[in-house]
Amino acid sequence: MDLKNIGSLDFFYPELIISGTILLIIVLDLLVRAKQRLALMALVGSVAALVATFDLYSAQPGWLFHRMIILDNFSLFFKVFALAAAILCILMSLGSNEIKQVYQGEYYALLLTCTLGMFFMASASNLLMAYLSLELVSLTSYVLTGFLPRNRRSSEAALKYLIYGGVASGTMIYGMSWIFGMTGSLDYAAIQAAMGQPEINKTALFIAFIFIMAGFGYKIVFVPFHMWSPDVYQGAPTPFTAFLSVASNAAGIAIMIRFFFPGVSRMVPGGEWAFISGVEWPHVLLFLSMITMTVGNLCALNQRNLKRMLAYSGIAHAGYMLMGLAVLNNEGLSAILFYVVVYLIMNLGAFLVVSMIANATGSEDIENYRGLAWRGAVIPAACLAVFLLSLTGLPPFAGFIGKFFLFAAVLKEGGAFFILALVAVMNSVVSLYYYAKIIKTMFLDSPNLEDKTISIGAQDFNFTLLLPLTVLTVVFGIYFGPLLRYTNQSLSFFIK
Amino acid sequence: MENLLTYMIFIPVAGAAIVLALPNNAKLIRWVSAAATVPPLLMAIWLFANFDRNQAGFQFVEKYQWIPSFNISYYMGVDGLSISMVLLTALLCFLCIFASFGIDKAVKGYFALFLMLDAGMMGVFCALDFFLFFVFWEVMLLPMYFLIGIWGGPRREYAAIKFFLYTFFGSAFMLIAILALYFTTEPHTFDMTVMMAQANKFGTEVLPIWPFNQLGWGFQHAIWMAMFIGFAIKIPAFPFHTWLPDAHVEAPTAISVILAGVLLKMGTYGILRINFPMLPVATADLAFWFLGALGAWNIIYGALCAMAQKDLKKLVAYSSVSHMGYVMLGMASFTTQGINGAVLQMFNHGTITAMLFLLVGVIYDRAHHRDIDGFGGIAAIMPLYMGVTALAFFASMGLPGLSGFISEILVLLGTWQKYPILTIIAASGVILTAGYLLWTMQRVFLGPPNEKYLKLSEINGREMFTLVPLGVIVVILGIYPSVVLDLLRASLDQINQVIIPHL
Repeated sequence: MDLKNIGSLDFFYPELIISGTILLIIVLDLLVRAKQRLALMALVGSVAALVATFDLYSAQPGWLFHRMIILDNFSLFFKVFALAAAILCILMSLGSNEIKQVYQGEYYALLLTCTLGMFFMASASNLLMAYLSLELVSLTSYVLTGFLPRNRRSSEAALKYLIYGGVASGTMIYGMSWIFGMTGSLDYAAIQAAMGQPEINKTALFIAFIFIMAGFGYKIVFVPFHMWSPDVYQGAPTPFTAFLSVASNAAGIAIMIRFFFPGVSRMVPGGEWAFISGVEWPHVLLFLSMITMTVGNLCALNQRNLKRMLAYSGIAHAGYMLMGLAVLNNEGLSAILFYVVVYLIMNLGAFLVVSMIANATGSEDIENYRGLAWRGAVIPAACLAVFLLSLTGLPPFAGFIGKFFLFAAVLKEGGAFFILALVAVMNSVVSLYYYAKIIKTMFLDSPNLEDKTISIGAQDFNFTLLLPLTVLTVVFGIYFGPLLRYTNQSLSFFIK
Repeated sequence: MENLLTYMIFIPVAGAAIVLALPNNAKLIRWVSAAATVPPLLMAIWLFANFDRNQAGFQFVEKYQWIPSFNISYYMGVDGLSISMVLLTALLCFLCIFASFGIDKAVKGYFALFLMLDAGMMGVFCALDFFLFFVFWEVMLLPMYFLIGIWGGPRREYAAIKFFLYTFFGSAFMLIAILALYFTTEPHTFDMTVMMAQANKFGTEVLPIWPFNQLGWGFQHAIWMAMFIGFAIKIPAFPFHTWLPDAHVEAPTAISVILAGVLLKMGTYGILRINFPMLPVATADLAFWFLGALGAWNIIYGALCAMAQKDLKKLVAYSSVSHMGYVMLGMASFTTQGINGAVLQMFNHGTITAMLFLLVGVIYDRAHHRDIDGFGGIAAIMPLYMGVTALAFFASMGLPGLSGFISEILVLLGTWQKYPILTIIAASGVILTAGYLLWTMQRVFLGPPNEKYLKLSEINGREMFTLVPLGVIVVILGIYPSVVLDLLRASLDQINQVIIPHL
């Protein structure tokens, strides 16, 4: 189906619900005294939007708004994902002391706006729309990063983020203009049709792709567009860092898959994708993937701040996910979708513990985690250990299954990809070192004399989120059939 | 007795869960943990008694779909080789719970982790699905890391992370190899029995890239090597053995016992279960250097290192390196005696080294140090202790009438037919072994009693309870080894028959 403006509205209600919630929060912010209610408002709106999004699974896939956005299982997957991340982030914000000192009305309104932007990123089928959605996510992210009042680090992070983001998206739109010049269209379907023409200049196309990659790469956080991430992760309020690390990354993956797979390559029978011949694009991805994971892991080795370490580990994980893109097969894409879900659970969990400990001690330094298990915080410490081991990729945790599918997709291609797989597993070994270092600090080291006991009461709100996330990390490591089926079903594109 | 293997593996897990839920009462926790290791031991004995010794294939098989889209199943089964290892695991875990009664730091965590470790080890020996095998293989690492890291000696953090990193490094290669095999089988499967049946599908044509073209290695050889690295680290074969002395010295006594008694066997078990039947051509090509010669080198190198040690526990650790060399050497011979001797040696080393570590623990608990030269004349102070130690030392030395002798002689007999030079080298290792053990005995037990230790109390009932069963097994297997050999013969013959045509 190919709908015009009014007809599209029937399939657009999740976005409308979110927009309504945003407006409502802004208005209610002026009236309500107890700002916690605004968070509940945001929560209700997100859950309603989530229900609405699930409802759309029954709809016919197609174009909406004059071919500006696409409705298919793939976009629905990332919409559900963005909402899940938003809901978790709101719950996390409720239990965080950091958020209590900011303007909560604006905070939740901006968070939902960011989520809305991710909706468009997942479904854009037009270069202009892709650019606009990416900017919507970026702009709200800049503001939220600098949201801590009178905090120099937070402001500095926001400024860095803004400058990097500005350059990256400028480069990207320049690349897009090349594509437009070569194909005469901004619409993905038209671009795909034009790619088949013999007169397309392969070198120019390659350069255009590199430019576009700058924009996508900065969202997914891969080398060499990763410089902003450690500072931003460290400076931003922790719940938002958690959201940024998973949702923004996933949205970047979505927009990239949408552009490079159904956009410029074609699906051939047997689950493989044919890229335009003559453009060595997959090899660039292969190298980027290797470099990204290696740089991320090596830089993470000596970090003193846990949030900063998780930023570098996030870079490494972006590298692992890129493997799934480089292999150009459906297994790879399915593995990426599986991985982002697993990554959402374990990374958010890790940040949640960081936030809980920061509530109690006021610091995120690894030094502060010394003997944590023996200082009255054995449950958060054990949960963090589970998340970190899952990030390493050890069974029986979900992270192992995620990595396993990625490796399987890579080894299925064989040949030069063996080297990629080898680099990736060696990187996992390196990553074990720094993840295990945190576990060592928490469990094996005895606390310093001046370290205070941490009292996290059983009634702490954060437990209501922490325990389910831990359980999910274990459950998806043992029984992942349904999740796998869901990600496989999500790999259906309206344009093939 | 349906699903016996599943119960055997998951009763300890249930035990761990119960232990975590118990109130903080050390006594209660200890006894509940001990109770959780009894059913697996009884089941292992039942398996041992009811196993059909004339049949080579897997018995007591359980198979359920796990992840159909990747053809992963929950597939369990045992043959003679696995039963011998399962029995060893169940026995040592049961005894080690009692050896751990002295632990008083975070008791609940210790016993819960110990039971998880128990389950992981059992799982490795029973799994017939490669994915499942790998999961168990890795699951075992975590409890081990914490058990060494939290309850270990002064340098425990270093030892724990070293163990963790080494093993994880090895299993990273293994994971790639497993996936490569998966994509080569048709239809793609992780079923080990199918992989064994399709062993001819794993190509042997020389790969056209460096370094494989120089070495004349094909796909099968590359996979063999990747698997071998994973297993060699566990054995531990030179040069991957350096984690072992550190881990052993720092680990608490019971954990040292498990490390030496069970974990090291996983390496050789893996080679026999996976490399031999699945990659027969590569095994035939590479066995001489990577199993035979390396094994002989392990024997000599381990013995020489042991001789130089001042720490009693480190000495036992290096003696393990040396004794595991016999297992590798025996496997490499592809003769009935050699391979049976190798597996018997795995079992015997498990019992003898367990005794040695327990005995070191006994003296360490009393004297609070393990410096060989710091004792002297203990024989007069603790005569019973001296007696048990002598039994263990002689068994380790390979004195006729004790179990170590049978397995070593079988290995040497088997190897002589194939590699006489290696056999001579290995046999000289026996002399070195006798040398360092007797020398140690002299320094610790003989001579005038050390003034400081006149008040040491004799070995107590609980300690004897852990030692006696092992001592009895050592004597029985020294006189009547057929108890275990009958169990192994059919299964090992089958494994061996796969290789013979490719020699």
